Amino acid sequence: MSRLEVSSLTHVYSVGTPFERMAIEDVTFTVEPGEYVGIIGHTGSGKSTLVQHLNGLMKPTSGAVLLDGKNIWERGTDIRALRFRVGLVFQYPEYQLFEDTVYRDISFGPRNMGLEESEIDSRVRWAAELCGVDESLLSRSPFELSGGQKRRVAIAGVLAMQPEILIMDEPTAGLDPRGRDEILSHVQRYHKERGASVLLVSHSMEDVARQVDSVLVMQRGRLALRGSVREVFSKTEELKEMGLSVPQVTAVFARLCAAGLDLPREVFTVEQGVEAIRKLMIERGILA
Amino acid sequence: MKEQDMVEMIDLTFSYPGEKDGAVLKEVNLEIEKGSFVAVLGHNGSGKSTLAKHMNAVLLPVGGKVYVEGIDTADADRLFEVRQRVGMAFQNPDNQIVATIVEEDVAFAPENLNLPREETAHRVETALKAVDMWEYREHSAHQLSGGQKQRVAIAGIIAMMPHCIVLDEPTAMLDPLGRTEVLNTVKKLNEEQGITIVMITHYMKEATMAQRIVVMDRGRIAMDGTPREVFSRVEELKDLGLEVPQATALVHELHKLCPALPDNVIDEQEAADAILHLFKEGAV
Repeated sequence: MSRLEVSSLTHVYSVGTPFERMAIEDVTFTVEPGEYVGIIGHTGSGKSTLVQHLNGLMKPTSGAVLLDGKNIWERGTDIRALRFRVGLVFQYPEYQLFEDTVYRDISFGPRNMGLEESEIDSRVRWAAELCGVDESLLSRSPFELSGGQKRRVAIAGVLAMQPEILIMDEPTAGLDPRGRDEILSHVQRYHKERGASVLLVSHSMEDVARQVDSVLVMQRGRLALRGSVREVFSKTEELKEMGLSVPQVTAVFARLCAAGLDLPREVFTVEQGVEAIRKLMIERGILA
Repeated sequence: MKEQDMVEMIDLTFSYPGEKDGAVLKEVNLEIEKGSFVAVLGHNGSGKSTLAKHMNAVLLPVGGKVYVEGIDTADADRLFEVRQRVGMAFQNPDNQIVATIVEEDVAFAPENLNLPREETAHRVETALKAVDMWEYREHSAHQLSGGQKQRVAIAGIIAMMPHCIVLDEPTAMLDPLGRTEVLNTVKKLNEEQGITIVMITHYMKEATMAQRIVVMDRGRIAMDGTPREVFSRVEELKDLGLEVPQATALVHELHKLCPALPDNVIDEQEAADAILHLFKEGAV
């Protein structure tokens, strides 16, 4: 059984008013346990609206969201408990810190789950360590921290609930390359250690190509493409038409292939690119 | 100060009051030529935003001097002249829009100059056309996309007719489409109107558009040169927490295997050309 199943999901904003607008239209897909999914699409394509349905923050106008085969809006479902299982990290989550110490902020989720004090404590320390929040910071006010530290604290607060599905809406927006790589490696570690499914909303094709197993492409509220990284990024032209790009190295390879070089098109990272060209160099006797 | 300099910084040192960790800027010497397009790179905390804020007297030096077209920014009597010459755009477009309608937003600053009505109207029109937002003049500002809002914010600056615009990560919160819109606008302002541009960014890809790149690290200038010069120093950039575009990284790695390849390509076109050239030569 799929961990998450989204079935004919439709969401209409402001139904019955002059502002009525279809935000999500007939979207269907599944996410398997332990799958890492990238969600791309340009602003207004419905990415954020879509992910807010997955932990019950928004209710579908029609269609359903199923977690382990069970409709989350079925009568008798505990939506609050669902939110412990499906963790959602919003854009700029650092604006949502509110407690007077970092420790209390990270413990807010586990405490609401009704866990025992010792379990809360071990989860806070575990999540802090996982997100690179130094132990010395736990007693500090979150408002004294740098932007990058704040964001790690906010993410630790969600991870401390140990959700089976982790959804992150542009977790690296506004960070420098080092900060971005750090956050993505924390997410990757959580994904691996807990075997959790992860959904990553991102504008960076390079990040998506490096991190995820499969990709969802949203366009004007509809699911335009769904497949492995390889399948999706090989559709250079379709992505371009949607105002999206492929990773830069993929674009370089598209040019090389078009010029007649015998190279694979499915190259998304610099490492893959170097390897492919190295092989061709050896074949052509340029390299021993 | 040279005649052709827009901004000149001499031994600029700055620290925030009460900050124990030492100076944010340490004896920075930098000249920005009139009409040039300069990108300032650096990781978070490198001092690049602090540097930018000295260019229109949002911050004043603790040590050293900053001159804008020869005017000392610390001269309180001439503050207005400094601000009129150098406009500033910030990261978050939502924080920069003050009015509900696009043209009213752009008119806000010139209206405060007490200009004749026709002059204000003329400036608003010119500014909105310069950023390709004229057809949106009667739209509600808050319903625009991020890239459109950012361009309206830039139009608001242009309406003040500055000689220089400083942009502090103008694309950080935008999607790829919005990013391209803003970057094209900035480039056009520089090329067609000769406005000096100083653009702070994390993205090396964006910095390739500039004529000159200044890399900041721990409050000092770590590198200063053309994009090609700066990009050939891949390892140093990585050590500074920065990242080169994939096309540059690809050819840089291949150059290590095969020195016949160049070590300073800056975009995908150049990368493809260099690799094609190698295989053509190799076939002979």
